[in-house]
Amino acid sequence: MHNVCGMTALGLSAALRRRELSAREAALACLARMEEREPQLHAYLTVSRDEALAEADAADRRLAAGEPLSLLDGVPMAVKDNICTKGVRTTCASRMLEGFVPPYDAGAVSRLGRAGAVLLGKTNLDEFAMGSDTGTSAFGPTANPIDPSRVPGGSSGGSAAAVAAGEALFALGSDTGGSVRQPAALCGVVGLRPTYGRISRYGLVGFGPSLDQVGLVTKDARDCAAVLAATAGFDPHDATSSRQSPGAYLDGIGDGVRGMRAALVRESLAEAEPCVRRELLRAVAKLESLGARVDELSLPFLKDMLPAYHILGSAEASSNLARFDGVRYGFRASGVSDWRSLIRESRSQGFGLEVKRRILLGTFVLTKEQRDAYEKARRLRRKTASSMAAALSYYDFLLLPTSPEVAWKRGEKRDPVAMYRSDLFVVPASIAGLPAVSVPFGEENGLPVGVQLVGRAFGERELLRAACAVEEGRK
Amino acid sequence: MSTQYETVIGLETHIELKTETKAFCSCAVVFGAEPNTHCCPVCTGMPGALPVLNAKAVEFAVKAGLLLHCRVSLRSKLDRKNYYYPDLPKAYQISQYDQPICTGGWLEIPSGGGTKRIRIERLHLEEDAGKLIHSEVGTLLDCNRCGVPLIEIVTMPDFRSAEEVTAYLQILRERIRFAGLSDCRMNEGSLRCDVNLSIRPLGSHTLGERAELKNLNSFQFAAKAIAYEERRQAAVLDAGGTLFPETRGFDEGTGETFPMRRKESQSDYRFFPEPDLPPIVLTQEQVARWASELPELPDVLRERWRASYGVNRETAEALTITRAAAEAFGRAAALTRFPKLLATLLAADPARLAEGEIPVSAEHLAALSDLLGEKTIGSGTAKELLALLWKEDQDPREAVERLGLGKITDRAVLGPLVQEILADCPRAAADYRAGKKAALQALFGQAMRRTQGRADPDVTRELFLAALQAEPQKEE
Repeated sequence: MHNVCGMTALGLSAALRRRELSAREAALACLARMEEREPQLHAYLTVSRDEALAEADAADRRLAAGEPLSLLDGVPMAVKDNICTKGVRTTCASRMLEGFVPPYDAGAVSRLGRAGAVLLGKTNLDEFAMGSDTGTSAFGPTANPIDPSRVPGGSSGGSAAAVAAGEALFALGSDTGGSVRQPAALCGVVGLRPTYGRISRYGLVGFGPSLDQVGLVTKDARDCAAVLAATAGFDPHDATSSRQSPGAYLDGIGDGVRGMRAALVRESLAEAEPCVRRELLRAVAKLESLGARVDELSLPFLKDMLPAYHILGSAEASSNLARFDGVRYGFRASGVSDWRSLIRESRSQGFGLEVKRRILLGTFVLTKEQRDAYEKARRLRRKTASSMAAALSYYDFLLLPTSPEVAWKRGEKRDPVAMYRSDLFVVPASIAGLPAVSVPFGEENGLPVGVQLVGRAFGERELLRAACAVEEGRK
Repeated sequence: MSTQYETVIGLETHIELKTETKAFCSCAVVFGAEPNTHCCPVCTGMPGALPVLNAKAVEFAVKAGLLLHCRVSLRSKLDRKNYYYPDLPKAYQISQYDQPICTGGWLEIPSGGGTKRIRIERLHLEEDAGKLIHSEVGTLLDCNRCGVPLIEIVTMPDFRSAEEVTAYLQILRERIRFAGLSDCRMNEGSLRCDVNLSIRPLGSHTLGERAELKNLNSFQFAAKAIAYEERRQAAVLDAGGTLFPETRGFDEGTGETFPMRRKESQSDYRFFPEPDLPPIVLTQEQVARWASELPELPDVLRERWRASYGVNRETAEALTITRAAAEAFGRAAALTRFPKLLATLLAADPARLAEGEIPVSAEHLAALSDLLGEKTIGSGTAKELLALLWKEDQDPREAVERLGLGKITDRAVLGPLVQEILADCPRAAADYRAGKKAALQALFGQAMRRTQGRADPDVTRELFLAALQAEPQKEE
């Protein structure tokens, strides 16, 4: 009997093709794992068991006929609950959208549907993806499967926990300022934020459209390449999606890093906890032993990027979340007498604290009086993007930690600024729109550490090749 | 009144573009449909839905700008204008803030016997909001209009009277309609206009505190509101009062303006660049192609037709009711020897001309006016033939042959007819001979009736006169 929950997506794919087990059995194995672990983890907000089994049966018919739709046909997956799924409740972990059932699939979900992947359910997140430990979910937090007394990271903590716990073979997340990479690092799985525009944002209930990207959580770099191949590509419904054709991400993924040039971002060493620094330096040594050249590079304004990110992200969020007004759908306050109080009360009661905090911050920085801060953040963003692009014109990828620390105890970070600081190393790639991947490398007291590789725009193929080498080097 | 005042007016005009689909989604643009039958996740602001700019809306906005002699920005961007209102689904309007697609144009209007240029400050692209319907069960929202593309045209404060405002709006409406960019129907809201009005002592060069007048649903109401507001502001100043910036509505019942809100409480719209849409980038070639697709202006056509064909203003206006009508006439006029007759013939049914495409070929229209000009057919027959051609386009010469519609000039046919009529109507013949010349008209009318209007009038008249003089009948 196969241990489905311990397999990679590509491993399961091969077994399905050989008909050693069925897609239905694979889905049932994940559902059984959920029964066992969900009471403790709470990675899922919605499990669509019946629909999943029906999709698995359809996949089995195709597999039996020898006509699978793709490598992912029949492979069970989870989708973060801020990505719209037609007919399946999509809440953004907010009271505001508690009963919202979208009449449309997100672009990435449609593509995976056409590839035959089986949707098991929707995963938990920080409310509207605003947070770094999946603790702001209106429906309760998610626990880290490696140590349930600890956080899984966030905001895609549900997706990372589900994949790490074997409750799904891979998952979609979203990454605005590290929301896929950071939880992947804390849960010991691979997390990819693709280049801005690589995967359609249509149907992603993001909060900062210039920063949001659909991201992937997988068990290893090869799975990541396979899922990227299934989700990347132009979408006529997203004007910011790229027309550049996706690469053959799996081709040559195991070819190694010999001759590649990498740059370790010097400032990141001082800002990371000793164990994280140790593992990062070990990864550098490993890359060098595999034939890559690693230099040190300075990104002096690294620390300025975090406030710039929060100014830009919150500004866009204040506008993007304004549509939740209780008028057309979602939470609606009762007992109000006029439209102004309907909007005010619906928003006051429907949103949680962190969301309100960012809406207020964003509204504030967009006012005429505070315009300077907003414009300054925009300038810093352009500067960041151009200096990182300049570095990447020479280097194949940049190396940074993913998170400054390993998974912390639940409830430990109550100060929002301390929480924001955990995104220090993931924000630069977001601001620059570059692809970045977090790969597990080493551990501290059994808790995983992730290293982060930032690549060239649309250079996911080379980036994943390097990630694959790091991954294999950790053993 | 002690002081003489001068009125200073600037206009903000919103025009709904007649694109097939909305500005940011593929919903149809339809007026008067069942509520909420033309909307989708994008235009109703559903979570995660994204806008995609309609290229036609950009084209139409640029064409409107070209009609107003504007500079077209080869690079412009869209911005979000943030405010809450129940008819605005996303709680922001996608608009253009600091980089409008067109800037700096002008429109010439008649003024005081001469002409005057009204300067256009900017023209930008934005989206319309939905409609609130207040009913017994509460206020309902219709999203059909959400996301319909709009242009906003802002003038400099160049108007000095209601007449100038009306003239501007009329010329603007005609040009936009003629180019097929909008229906510009004020009663349906596809043309809306806000008037910014202030007054100042005659001779002063500083601007007074202005009132913005809204809800002006016709040119007439705009003129009335301006007249009222001029008097109101003058009265306030004459009484030693002060004016303050405010928004005022117009009551169609009383003809008065009333305060809506003070301007200083105006919200900060927190504009910022729309992150869901890339900037609008145009090429010089694209703009040149769009310019070449624009029709000649209707006033230019009317002047040319007056000068070269002698077509009067009223007829020419009927012919320029649509671009299709003007172009059909223009092509046919070049092929006929009698363009003025063709103009009169076509202009006789303006409603039909306004319907849209002209279903009759230029060759056939020209042939028809030639038949009329050569007097092969009369004007009544020409009208009937035109109606026939409208239903089914065909060669009018063949139709005349086939249907026997040509004029009867043959004396061998008309001679006996005249005799027959004189025999049937002895009283009229007697009256004529008794000196009542008008009696000839009755006899002539009989001839026309009996030939369905085909009897050649000149020959028939001649035959009657000859018969009445040559053969006096006996008294009965």
